[in-house]
Amino acid sequence: MPSPRYTREIPSRYRLEAGRCKGCDKVAYPARRVCPSCRGKEIQMVNLTPKGKVVTSTVIHVPPDDFLMEAPYAMAIVETPEGARLMTQVVDCEPSTVLPGMDVSLEFRLIRKEGKGGILCYGHKAVPVF
Amino acid sequence: MAGLVGYGAYVPRKRIRTEEIARQWGKNPETIKRGLLLQEKSVPGFDEDTITISVAAGRAALTRAGIDPQKVGALYIGSESHPYAVKPSGTVTAEALGIGPEVHIADFEFACKAGTEAMFVALGLVEAGRVEYAMGIGADTSQGAPDDALEFSASAGGAAFIFGADDLIAEVIEAYSYTSDTPDFWRREGEFYPRHGGRFTGEPAYFKHVLAASRGILEKTGLKAEDFAYAVFHMPNGKFPMSAGKQLGFKIEQLETGWVVPTMGNTYSGSSPTGLAAILDVAKPNDLILITSFGSGAGSDSFVLKATKRLPKVQGLAPTVRSMLDGPRHYVTYGEYAKFREKMIVNE
Amino acid sequence: MREVAIVGAGMTRFGELWNQSLRDMFVEAAAGALNDAGADRLDTIYVGCMSGGQFVGQEHLGPLMADHLGMNGVAAVHVESACASGGVALRQAFIDVASGMSDLVLAAGIEKMTDGADVTNVLATAADQELEVYHGVTFPGLYAMIARAHMQAYGTTEEDLAWVSVKNHRHGAMNEKAQFPGEVTLEQVMASSMVAEPLRLLHCSPVSDGAAAVLLCPLDQAGQYTDRPVKIVGSGLATSSLALAEREDPAFLDSVQLSAERAYKMAGVGPRDIQLAEVHDCFSIAEICCIEALGFVEKGKGGPAAKDGLTTIGGRIPVNTSGGLKSKGHPVGATGVAQTIEIFRQLRGEAGGRQVENARLGLAQNMGGSGASSVIHIFQGV
Repeated sequence: MPSPRYTREIPSRYRLEAGRCKGCDKVAYPARRVCPSCRGKEIQMVNLTPKGKVVTSTVIHVPPDDFLMEAPYAMAIVETPEGARLMTQVVDCEPSTVLPGMDVSLEFRLIRKEGKGGILCYGHKAVPVF
Repeated sequence: MAGLVGYGAYVPRKRIRTEEIARQWGKNPETIKRGLLLQEKSVPGFDEDTITISVAAGRAALTRAGIDPQKVGALYIGSESHPYAVKPSGTVTAEALGIGPEVHIADFEFACKAGTEAMFVALGLVEAGRVEYAMGIGADTSQGAPDDALEFSASAGGAAFIFGADDLIAEVIEAYSYTSDTPDFWRREGEFYPRHGGRFTGEPAYFKHVLAASRGILEKTGLKAEDFAYAVFHMPNGKFPMSAGKQLGFKIEQLETGWVVPTMGNTYSGSSPTGLAAILDVAKPNDLILITSFGSGAGSDSFVLKATKRLPKVQGLAPTVRSMLDGPRHYVTYGEYAKFREKMIVNE
Repeated sequence: MREVAIVGAGMTRFGELWNQSLRDMFVEAAAGALNDAGADRLDTIYVGCMSGGQFVGQEHLGPLMADHLGMNGVAAVHVESACASGGVALRQAFIDVASGMSDLVLAAGIEKMTDGADVTNVLATAADQELEVYHGVTFPGLYAMIARAHMQAYGTTEEDLAWVSVKNHRHGAMNEKAQFPGEVTLEQVMASSMVAEPLRLLHCSPVSDGAAAVLLCPLDQAGQYTDRPVKIVGSGLATSSLALAEREDPAFLDSVQLSAERAYKMAGVGPRDIQLAEVHDCFSIAEICCIEALGFVEKGKGGPAAKDGLTTIGGRIPVNTSGGLKSKGHPVGATGVAQTIEIFRQLRGEAGGRQVENARLGLAQNMGGSGASSVIHIFQGV
């Protein structure tokens, strides 16, 4: 990922910064300029609680090239207590045990590398609540 | 007086057993376990490095300190496995922790001593009144060449310490450093694995500096071994720190709490700092604690700390080192280990 | 608005067409459609293609394709809506003719996927790069999550999923243009290698090359080209969030429902009037979700439809008589137009062994991403 783009996305990737609509309370992750629920434009920044519940999941056996060494790995849509949903890998457990309803915490991890010489891209992944 | 306001540690959940590594190279695991006192070691996943370990430990430290991250005026990370050769680990870590941008940041390297080096400088800045709070972190995803004795110990983990002047959980009574030029262990630029001088790493390197620094700080403070509730020395294997402790007059009861190496391995810059975190997890008010690190090259930093009444109130706010060492673990095979540590050549 | 008819169609075989380039395939399909109608001129060309840019490094497809068809000077433009690019090209052509702007318009869909690009990565550009692809998700992975959500909510089983593939291969076995015209057994599907749990290889449409084209004109001019025109009586296009995580119910494709409502309303018909449909079965679970969103079955009841014979030729609503994306192949940008050609042939009684008897009203549903865009057309034989 080119550095300018990566840099823009740091607040949401590193700190789980999201936007809460002042009109309808909907929390969008990452924050949006227009509320997807009521089109309100007054958005207040909030940090998501780094935990949630698996809404749905899969185990990727045929990965994109950048994730070849990690397969098979579990991925899930996780809903945080604020109601925001995010797509994330679920690690530090048997991938097949990641199923809807599972409680997870979100931890800061290396997500991908830009080849051997490019930048390192960080963000959050889910782990089971131990 | 300056001291600690918060601390935190992180140990990855993957492990490899001594038997598994020994089997790979046709060695007798019992000899290794007896000789080096190593049962197993932590292994970082693909997605764990010095930065992610620093963030996890740093978050725990901030939780225990209960301070506004914006008030942290300095952040130093000591490691010999910074993911970038050029570009700080500290900038990523600070952003993730919500620290800065008004913050002074540097990455330190001094073999296994880099962690206490970061703590030493962080403490100094707080004592000088330059910053309100400063964070020092020691973290590593240690490298050891295949079939080297280091492979049984080189592991992953780290600890973070926040220094301040008020609401201390432990006072820093004294800090002391002892250094000489001793090429016992090194890694040249561009080399993947470190090299070492075999038995030369023992007496003239580890023991010389650890004992000198520890004796130096005892002399400076007028304290004796029996005054301490706990002591921790850098843990390149299970044997060295126990031997150093005994030579200094410490008893096993004072040493075993911080002696995390048998099941964690040597987390290099994170080694003695993680041991200190394990001690802080259980220490009681007024307990005196000695920590002495060792970094090849070579030098040792020593600190004497005294726990305050506040410490027991924060111990339970984040995971303890023991809970991570004894908690959920996943044992990997040597093949998986080689894959996770990127010791296999694959096509890009 | 003028009434619009399809008067000619042409397509390549779908498959790994090692000897044909993107432009070669376009010319074969486009010339086929012109020949079919006996037309020798065009006003406008719409070229549906998902990613000429990433698959073969070629953008600016409008003029390139017009030139190679010998139609330099003609208005020509590339339209893109991921795997719905072909269906959207048809819609643009339909609007163009209906509005009176053009009289003779070619709607084409093309894709060249086997020239060595990292297909998984290119297809993933149709998902949300920042929120999904960054974390390592793939398209099979996204549909697998839809499948698991459906299984969780409605008790849909792996066997239900497998039956969709069995049924579509049975249909595709009768299609000479299909990439994989062989039948597969339930056991073969259930034992095929895992791609993204619970989806296996034989739940997934293949990587394909191919092109398809249809010729549109006002219904009142159709007689110049054919005595069996097929009318486009309804068209609907709808969107949903690109990121699957943003959708209230990941087991339901709301863009499909919304596009269907629009197409049904325009055509003045309902789901029970439709006699056959081509739906976007890029993965077996997609067909199950689509027939629910189209109203062919109740929400949550799509799972057993293939197994129960409801969607087989001879069933209440035959779905994917062409073999669908699964058996016929899925050159992504070409799919929407190829679906149209299947309905066109069926409504003209030209579908051979897979002919649905007395077919008068058919529907084609084409989808982009994990359901972020859906385009539907309803066709009527004249």
